[in-house]
This record gives sequence, structure tokens and C-alpha cells, in this order.
Amino acid sequence: MYRNRLIPCLLLRKSGLVITHKFQSASYVGDPINAVKIFNEKGADELAILDIDASRERREPNYELFAKCAVEAFMPLSYGGGLISVQAVRRIFNLGAEKVIIGAAALDNPSLVSELSEEFGKQSIVVSVNINRSWFGGYYVYHPGKRKNTRLNPIHWAQEVQRLGAGEILLNAVFLDGTMKGFDLTLLKTIAANTSVPIIACGSAGKLEDFTNAAHINRIQGLAAGAFFVYQGPHRAVLINYPDEITINSIFPEDINGI
Amino acid sequence: MYKPIVVIDYGMGNIGSVVNIFKKMGRGSLPITVSSNPKDIALASKLVLPGVGHFGRAMENLMKFDLKSVLFSKVVTESTPILGICLGMQLFSQGSEEGGSEGLGFFSGRTIYFQKTAAELSLPHMGWNWVFPQKEDAAIVNLPLPSRFYFVHSYHVKCDNASDILFMSKYGYDFPAAISKQNILGVQFHPEKSHKFGMKLIQNFIENY
Repeated sequence: MYRNRLIPCLLLRKSGLVITHKFQSASYVGDPINAVKIFNEKGADELAILDIDASRERREPNYELFAKCAVEAFMPLSYGGGLISVQAVRRIFNLGAEKVIIGAAALDNPSLVSELSEEFGKQSIVVSVNINRSWFGGYYVYHPGKRKNTRLNPIHWAQEVQRLGAGEILLNAVFLDGTMKGFDLTLLKTIAANTSVPIIACGSAGKLEDFTNAAHINRIQGLAAGAFFVYQGPHRAVLINYPDEITINSIFPEDINGI
Repeated sequence: MYKPIVVIDYGMGNIGSVVNIFKKMGRGSLPITVSSNPKDIALASKLVLPGVGHFGRAMENLMKFDLKSVLFSKVVTESTPILGICLGMQLFSQGSEEGGSEGLGFFSGRTIYFQKTAAELSLPHMGWNWVFPQKEDAAIVNLPLPSRFYFVHSYHVKCDNASDILFMSKYGYDFPAAISKQNILGVQFHPEKSHKFGMKLIQNFIENY
């Protein structure tokens, strides 16, 4: 038996935990270390920590803050934000990350993905592919650091990061980020059908059924969300939550990959 | 003064989270040290051999730090409890397809590459997976059931004696996910990353082994 992973995605701004809306406005929702402790107690499958400002501010990760989070995380932990060199990535692994997430740096310097994949093994290298929609409805690859359209085709870029050595793709729908409207299943199916690495679908889940719908697409192994795990009820009260084991087992198909 | 539990740091991957979970489950009263010095290892009350990466390089590193003989005398002669995690467990076998080098030979069996059967089987086997106990053991007393643990590996051990198998797991086919033989405990998964399941297993190793 092998089931999908449900992954809280914690966004860092300064040393606070925030929830973003379409990669733009950010609301402060609490202390990240405390959030890691709570997800630990609730038995989260995995955590992703993303520093949303590091790339744009052209700075390295906040290693001290990450170290404090890692000490509390007795579950697999991935980190993204400001990773532009093998040295920075090695430092993050040494602090206790299982995987790193490369986003802006993969666009700026694609060969970094290959270098990291060779150095650390592709299972530990996740590349985030951020997709936005134009005014006319077409999908394009968005640059999270520069906040602009890269003019890259989403399928081609996903195939390229796979060729470069990504072990997993973190697929983010920028236009749905923080909306809690549910995943763009068409986008997920399109990328999944044209690649062969495991995919983590990220952002926009608002209810349990959203995870189930995405999990039925082949190779969507991870389901990540931010707001879903932090907000409660129609007024978006901040209350960190995570479904219990029985609920999780009921929302996901058993034996993904038919294994 | 209690003799410490020594986590062996021989340059095969991050051991921070392994040390952290031992500190947490030792509740601050248990001395946990990190060392690659044979003198420290000779004085340990229990040993932990973590590790990720290449089997052949790991054996070279054990040789480089002059740890092979002290490990043998501690584990085989003195019956000091030892926990091998991931590659650490594979090193307990007699050898591996990875690099073709000999292992420590603490149990009878070898380490092999996953024999793909399902067309979609992607490697490494990475993620949470359920494990199925094959016998009673002090390591798994009061473990929450059904138990699942976090795995990251492309190779697994193959045991010559079924009685050495503690857990089986399934990825494409059934494979040994943990072994135990008297003072020797080996787990293919990462207890330090398997929250309540891992904590219970580590606590059992500290208290019952």
C-alpha cells in the first residue's frame, strides 16, 4: 500500500508565517516554529517551508530560522527560497532538510538543477514550476523572483526540469494561490500526462474533496496547501489544523500506481 | 554517569534529525554523543549507524575512520545494541550490488537494487509506506497500528534467514523493511522522520534493547 502525501506548505516572510493570495498580498498568520510543532503533533505526512522573499531580495536562506524549524520537524521536510548554489543547498541539507525546492534559480540557471541532482541525488531535488494564466486564458510559466511572465510553455518547461534532473515537480497554480477554490485539474492532467516524475500539486485547495479529485490523476503523489491547513470556517479564522489518519485514508485512493 | 548512546558520524549524510529524535526520546537525561572516533564508540552503551548515499563509499568511510574492527568487537563480541538506519541497515548485510563491496556481515543476506515489476514503479521508493510485523520484538512493543514509516531508497536487503525479518513492506513486491537479530536492529525507513511511529520505535530501542 502506498498513498498520496498531504503536505502543509509554510510560507515565510521575515520570520513570520504568512498566507499569500495569487503570490501577491501576504497575511501574517503566526510563528513558523510553533506551526511546525503543531503539524508534528498532528502527524503531518511532510512539510514544505518556502521563503517567499529570498529570491526577490537576492539573499540566502534564513539558516537560523530554518534550523529552528528543522529541530522540531520529525517528519520529512523540504525547503525552498534563495537556493542559488550547491553550497547553500548543502547547508540546508546539513540542517535537516530531506529535500530542497528550486524555483527562481532553475529559471535563471537551469544547469544548477543538474548539478544538484548529480551531487545529492534526484530524489532530494524538487523543482517548483509556477504557472499563471494570461488575460486571454493561456497558461504560462511565471518567474516568482522577478514576478513576471517568462514566456515559457508550461509543458516544455516541466519536461525540461525533468530532463535536467528534478526528482519531483512542485506544480503551483499562481492564479489560484490562496483562493481555496480547488485545483485546476486540467492543468494537473496536462502536466502529468507529459512528464514522468512524481508531481506535488500545490495551492488552492479549500476542502477535502479537492485533494481527492487531484489524487485520482496518475502521478499526482503529493497534495500541498497553505490556507487549507491554517484557516478555519467561512471567516478564515486562523486555526492550524490537519486531518486525522482515518480521514486521510478515506479521502485518498488506496494503492496509487497500482502497486 | 551513564555511558552515552553514540550516533556514528562517518560522513554519510545529515545526522541532525537522528540526533534530535534521540535527544527528544531520551528526555534530556540521556547522554547522546556524535562521533567518528573509535575510542568513543568503544565506550558506548548503544550505537546508532545512520547513513544515506552509496554503499561502497560508506564502507570506505568506515575503513577510513578505522571503525570496522571496533564495530565488530562492540556488536558481535560485546553484544552492544546497535540501530542501523537506511544505508546503515544495508551495511549490516554481507554486501551490496551497489559498488560491489563487502558489508559488515551482522546478518546473513545481501543488499540488492529494487527489481522493478510494476511498469510504473518509480525509484527511489520515496514516501510513507505501511510495514507489517513478522515477529514479536522489543523494538515494536506498543507501536501504533497499522504502522507506517517514511522511506527513501533504491536498494533493499534480502535476508537468508526469514527469522531475521522484523517488518515486511510492499513496493512493487514485498521486501524486508526492518531486521532484528538479538542486539542488532536495522530499519530501511527513517524513524527520525516518521513522527509518532518513529518516536515509539526509538523509545523502544532506548528502553528495551
